Amino acid sequence: MIQFSNRYIFIFSAAMVIAVATLLSLAATLLQPAQQRNLEIEKKKNMLESINVPSTRENTEELFDKYIKESFVINPKGDVVADIDAFTVVLKNEQKKPIEQEYLPVFRATPDDGEKVIIIPVEGKGLWGPIYGYVALKSDLNTIYGVNFDHKGETPGLGAEINTTAFESQFPGKKLFENENFVSVQVIKGGTPKDNIHGVDAISGGTVTSKGLQKMLFDCIQKYNGYLLKNRI
Amino acid sequence: MNNKEKEPMFSAKNLKLLTEPFGKNNPITVQVLGICSALAVTVKLKPAIVMALSVTIVTAVSNLVIAALRKYIPDRIRIIVQLVVIATMVILVDQFLKAYVFDVSKQLSVFVGLIITNCILMGRLEAFAMANKPWPSFIDGIGNGAGYGMILVIVSFFRELLGSGTIYGYPVFEKLGIYHSGYVNNGMVILPPMALIFVGLIIWFQRSRNKGLIEK
Repeated sequence: MIQFSNRYIFIFSAAMVIAVATLLSLAATLLQPAQQRNLEIEKKKNMLESINVPSTRENTEELFDKYIKESFVINPKGDVVADIDAFTVVLKNEQKKPIEQEYLPVFRATPDDGEKVIIIPVEGKGLWGPIYGYVALKSDLNTIYGVNFDHKGETPGLGAEINTTAFESQFPGKKLFENENFVSVQVIKGGTPKDNIHGVDAISGGTVTSKGLQKMLFDCIQKYNGYLLKNRI
Repeated sequence: MNNKEKEPMFSAKNLKLLTEPFGKNNPITVQVLGICSALAVTVKLKPAIVMALSVTIVTAVSNLVIAALRKYIPDRIRIIVQLVVIATMVILVDQFLKAYVFDVSKQLSVFVGLIITNCILMGRLEAFAMANKPWPSFIDGIGNGAGYGMILVIVSFFRELLGSGTIYGYPVFEKLGIYHSGYVNNGMVILPPMALIFVGLIIWFQRSRNKGLIEK
């Protein structure tokens, strides 16, 4: 074994670190536009899925423009805030603000069946990282039209099941309000009868994710209460 | 030295590097490395396959890089250098996937971190690439990644079939109508401990066929 001097070791490590750093920052900078675009398409795709419009990567933008025509931002009191693009609002940053300063994005969509739907983005915590999604409400602003959930890194086969059709298809038809009281949708361990209008089955083996999802729905939709109650039929 | 360099690319010795990890030198069942990720990603077939491919690529390329640099790497900081190479590779792969194959990158998500901590990578770099030429190291990396992947695929096949009743997302049991006869999916198979039991069964099977592997 050749003995290397301390000076060599220092120079070697410095050179290695600089080379690696250059390589990585170069890759990150060059690939960023493509990655950003992918995220944007992904966001639109998820939103479309919440109103049951399946899309491929190629036609996502076209379908998005066709179905989701209007968007606006409201404050927790339910008043519309002017001059802010709902699509660019980052929910994670909003949730760090004091509640009265939060911007709440709302999207209006009209699926093929003519229902006037509003889409609310939600974001919360799963077991390993963020979980997020879109909840579409029918025009009575009480009944769920459809949902789409996704996650950063829940366990495949367990928590990650939240973005499967089997789980998501339980939501349409569930109600958010009991008269004037907001009750959201409960995720119930061990199953729930079909006629429970506020409950869905939890995922076996994915308790923490299921609980996180329930909390996410409650916390995020609750902020829209002002708007929902004012405009509901 | 000169004679060795003229060695054909797929000499018997090199081929052995490629095939041995499938049998008597399997990283999971014989060396018992990489168990942690074998438990985590084998619930479904699809992530297992994605993981197997990514580990194979990363092992092969980092083996190649370390073997090429092996004479210049100071002995005292070799582990750090190995880690830096692995981590760089993994991040690069991740960035490229995110930009060009977004769907695969979504599949990979948490496993990227798991690749960095996979003991097989460090094991191969330290045990093989530091002492061998780039080409054999590259082959060794492919062999070990694939040997690891093979076990992953076998385990995840059974776990997905018994736990969720599907194969690669296709509902086999439902199509066969097995549920009508009262069969219920075994929820326990989905939980991590069962992966250990499946790996154990594979080890048992392998050792019963190959007595040479049984420790005294």
